[in-house]
Amino acid sequence: MLVVDLLLALAALATAGQCLLLPGLFRAIANLMAFGLVMALIWVRLDAPDVALAEAAIGAGITGALLLTVAGQLPASQHSLQSIGSGLSRRTLAISVLVLFITGLLWIAVVSLPKPGLVNEVTAVLADSGAEHAVTAILLNLRGMDTLLEVAVMLCAVAAIWSLQKAIPPPPLNNHYPGLPTLARWLHPLFLLTFSYFLWQGAHAPGGAFPAGAVLGAGGVLLLLTGSIAWMHQHAYNLLLRWLLAAGLLFFLATALSGFLITGTLYGLPPRFASYFIIAIEVATALSIALMLMTFYLFGRPGTRQ
Amino acid sequence: MSLLFTDIALTSDALFALLGALLVAMSLVSVFTARHLIRRLLAVNILSSAVFLLLVLTARTADGIDPIPHALVLTGIVVSVSTTAVVLALYLRRYRREPPC
Amino acid sequence: MRELLGTGLILLGLPFFIASTLGLLRFPDVYARLHALTKADNVGLGLICIGLAVQASSIAVALKIVLIWGLILLASSTGATLIASSALRHGPAPRRDDEDTHAGR
Repeated sequence: MLVVDLLLALAALATAGQCLLLPGLFRAIANLMAFGLVMALIWVRLDAPDVALAEAAIGAGITGALLLTVAGQLPASQHSLQSIGSGLSRRTLAISVLVLFITGLLWIAVVSLPKPGLVNEVTAVLADSGAEHAVTAILLNLRGMDTLLEVAVMLCAVAAIWSLQKAIPPPPLNNHYPGLPTLARWLHPLFLLTFSYFLWQGAHAPGGAFPAGAVLGAGGVLLLLTGSIAWMHQHAYNLLLRWLLAAGLLFFLATALSGFLITGTLYGLPPRFASYFIIAIEVATALSIALMLMTFYLFGRPGTRQ
Repeated sequence: MSLLFTDIALTSDALFALLGALLVAMSLVSVFTARHLIRRLLAVNILSSAVFLLLVLTARTADGIDPIPHALVLTGIVVSVSTTAVVLALYLRRYRREPPC
Repeated sequence: MRELLGTGLILLGLPFFIASTLGLLRFPDVYARLHALTKADNVGLGLICIGLAVQASSIAVALKIVLIWGLILLASSTGATLIASSALRHGPAPRRDDEDTHAGR
């Protein structure tokens, strides 16, 4: 299997190199998306299927869609990415030598790093955590505070984007592209099915809130692209949208507080009811991740009165 | 020094560690030298992927797969797409082509 | 027996992928490249998916693999239509027959 790994590593290097070194904005973005897919395969090889699922949906899908949409909105003068080697100065050379030196050190450090790990500690408390799958247990119970802060970071990002400008409506679709709305309509039940499947599976196998939210968000971005979610742009629904965006974080905070009231520690879930808490948080987190990924795609504040 | 290198056998882990280190190097050079802001953003994205790769490698312990780095990386992926979205919105505010009316 | 059949189908699918990749790299314009990609890749992918489904451990896994094939057919045909119609509107015009004598790069 070393041959497969070698091929994967070479593919990752090639796509990353083309993304960073060659001229052309579109080519760079396409290479980044290919790089994301190769990384998803590498995660599978490294026994990280949860990460692979999220990377395939977010790293290759949503990031690529965001970048391509922005590229489409830019004037032609912004499309000329110079190749880096074109201005090979003494400064670039010095930086390269320094960075290569750091690379060598980093490689030696990573390979010779002691890896204590917390496998046994996690396995010991897994039974009380409410989820059989260790990654889900860590995300939603053991280290739930991290996930809470991560949802807060996403909400801050949405707030930052909304404060910048008005939402940029998707380009009007006309009859020249007949297949796209149909595809979005046909695929949406499957997106919902995959979302529910990941949520259900997350308790005992790779899946859970993050891949589920990413898949639903990707499907939502497809619907936004085809203009199928008109309500998000309407002023009347703006307040509802704000509440929905905040709902995941609020629910998370409520759970943390109720854990504090019941057990005395913030976010301490009582083992007897932990599984119910986890399912509720999982659904809320996945839905709010999906909705926030979709609002990223608006690049601004929707629903402003004209 | 030779004692350090004897630890590095040619395994998949060592290979991916080398890949991660090389990706860190390439994207760092790009972050520092690229003129186009989007190129820097792409470089930051690749840099974060490389860091995730190094993190997941530390999860492969002698006792089995440590799930904590996996959870960290999942959180990190979502945070990195949030950063990308904010940067792109800032970039659009500055450089967006006026829509043809 | 199942393993042999599966391996045979996968091996049968590989030449289609090689041919379509060659077409992607060597064909002169976007329309011909799309033609190479969408036609040959779908057959190759179908053969490989059937080959994998034959070897699958259970019916559910086999159905999932076949579902993947169907989804990719749907996505790649729509994507090819979008790329082609977008190229027709904004990109270069398709090459005509009389230009083919100068084919190659």
